[in-house]
Amino acid sequence: MQNNSPPLRVSIIGFGAVGQGVATLLQDLPHVEVVAVADSRGVALTPNLGTLLSRKRAGRPIANSDLTALEVIRTIEHDIVVEVTPTNIENGEPGLTHMREAIKNRRSIVTSNKGPLVVAFHELVQLARENDVALRYEATVGGAMPIINLVRETLAGNRILDIMGVLNGTCNYILTRMAEEALDYDQVLSEAQDMGIAEADPTYDVMGIDTASKVVILANSFFDKNVTYADVAVTGIDRITPDALRLAHQRGFAIKLIGEVQELTVSPKMIPIGHPLNVGGTLNAASILTDHAGEITVAGKGAGSIETASAIVSDILSIQKERC
Amino acid sequence: MRISMDLELQDIPGQLIHVLAPISELSGNIMSIVHHHDKKTFRNTVPVYVIFDIEEQKLEELKEKLEERGITIVRIGKMRLRARTHILLIGHIIHTDLRETVDHIDGTGFAEVQDLSLSMPAIDGPSSAVVTIMATGIGELKRAISMLRDVAEKKDLLMIEPIEERSTIGGVAYAEQ
Repeated sequence: MQNNSPPLRVSIIGFGAVGQGVATLLQDLPHVEVVAVADSRGVALTPNLGTLLSRKRAGRPIANSDLTALEVIRTIEHDIVVEVTPTNIENGEPGLTHMREAIKNRRSIVTSNKGPLVVAFHELVQLARENDVALRYEATVGGAMPIINLVRETLAGNRILDIMGVLNGTCNYILTRMAEEALDYDQVLSEAQDMGIAEADPTYDVMGIDTASKVVILANSFFDKNVTYADVAVTGIDRITPDALRLAHQRGFAIKLIGEVQELTVSPKMIPIGHPLNVGGTLNAASILTDHAGEITVAGKGAGSIETASAIVSDILSIQKERC
Repeated sequence: MRISMDLELQDIPGQLIHVLAPISELSGNIMSIVHHHDKKTFRNTVPVYVIFDIEEQKLEELKEKLEERGITIVRIGKMRLRARTHILLIGHIIHTDLRETVDHIDGTGFAEVQDLSLSMPAIDGPSSAVVTIMATGIGELKRAISMLRDVAEKKDLLMIEPIEERSTIGGVAYAEQ
């Protein structure tokens, strides 16, 4: 069936960890043709992905044209823009402009970039509907852990009453290590930075901003809300002590940074040790409360280049199936 | 207040209504009733166990009404503090007057601090405490938690609550006893 249809033409806008992961996976995918790859320094047209990945890893420029990313989106004929530039939740840029332009040029969007969806969720959804293109963003929440499409498609027969979850792997790693080794927050944070689990500036993760962005996306997607980051009450994990973790454990609880979608809150919470949301290390987990199916809990890798890319590829394949 | 009562009824038809009617007339809310037809006492009466919520000041009147109707009251149990939760506090707990925080809860009449464990790693550093609160019901427990939340905010303490119980699976945040 697929062999008769023309290949799906894709651009990759953003060539950091996730963009490279997507390129790696698309190399092996038949009937998907990457027409352009853009990083912050330039654009490669009709690239050989293997060569491009080697160049990028060696720190060499990838550009072979004078086009900008925006010009690729506007002028190169293709079907899907994979928007994987860095997240900016203040104004959503540059991703927001990329997405608006892509939709106006009738290209579907697959993204892991939370910024544009946190800033302008309903505008983008509306714009995509008007232009009859897909806007898919499974990778924005929980990385490889399925949640958006799980709720939208698999749980379609249910009303979703609430979603809560452990939605940031960095925070979960820090809290897990603090609890297991009775170490101070600062010490574990340094360790996480050494291991590349936490950023040099960890504010975005540890202060709950990343989790709040995911709460915003889920709230707008499934709860008929029109909210942005400012609507979420956020408390981070930076004041948590090893003693607090020990005292909680003695009473049968773990402490996790929990995002609650209906409540629009992000804060450290005690959860019973046997609760399905009590996942360790960098794992993410989400618990979806439905009217008919009861409570469904999913867990999986919330970050990582290939893991996040797998969610993006799954969205690309969904669009391909819809087209057939 | 939640009351449990062990009663004995005459073994003749239509007796159970004499238990239910007075509770209902006094605006009591029956939670559970077990009628042991098969466990007759040596007095040839039938034991009935009933659990209900009722205002405390109406209890004496209820006892009179039941006795007027020929029902034997074998035992009355008051289940006062039924709901329980643990709350974590982090910050300068001692310096901000722990006593006052506890008094705040105890002063409500419907909730009390049952247990408190404190850890102070350094004089100037933040302490961590876990507070066990019991209350007469889940609604009262939530009110006590909300009061504690206000105190924590005023005193700049980080308060960590259990996740809310949402279904029969998982959550045990507010344990009923």
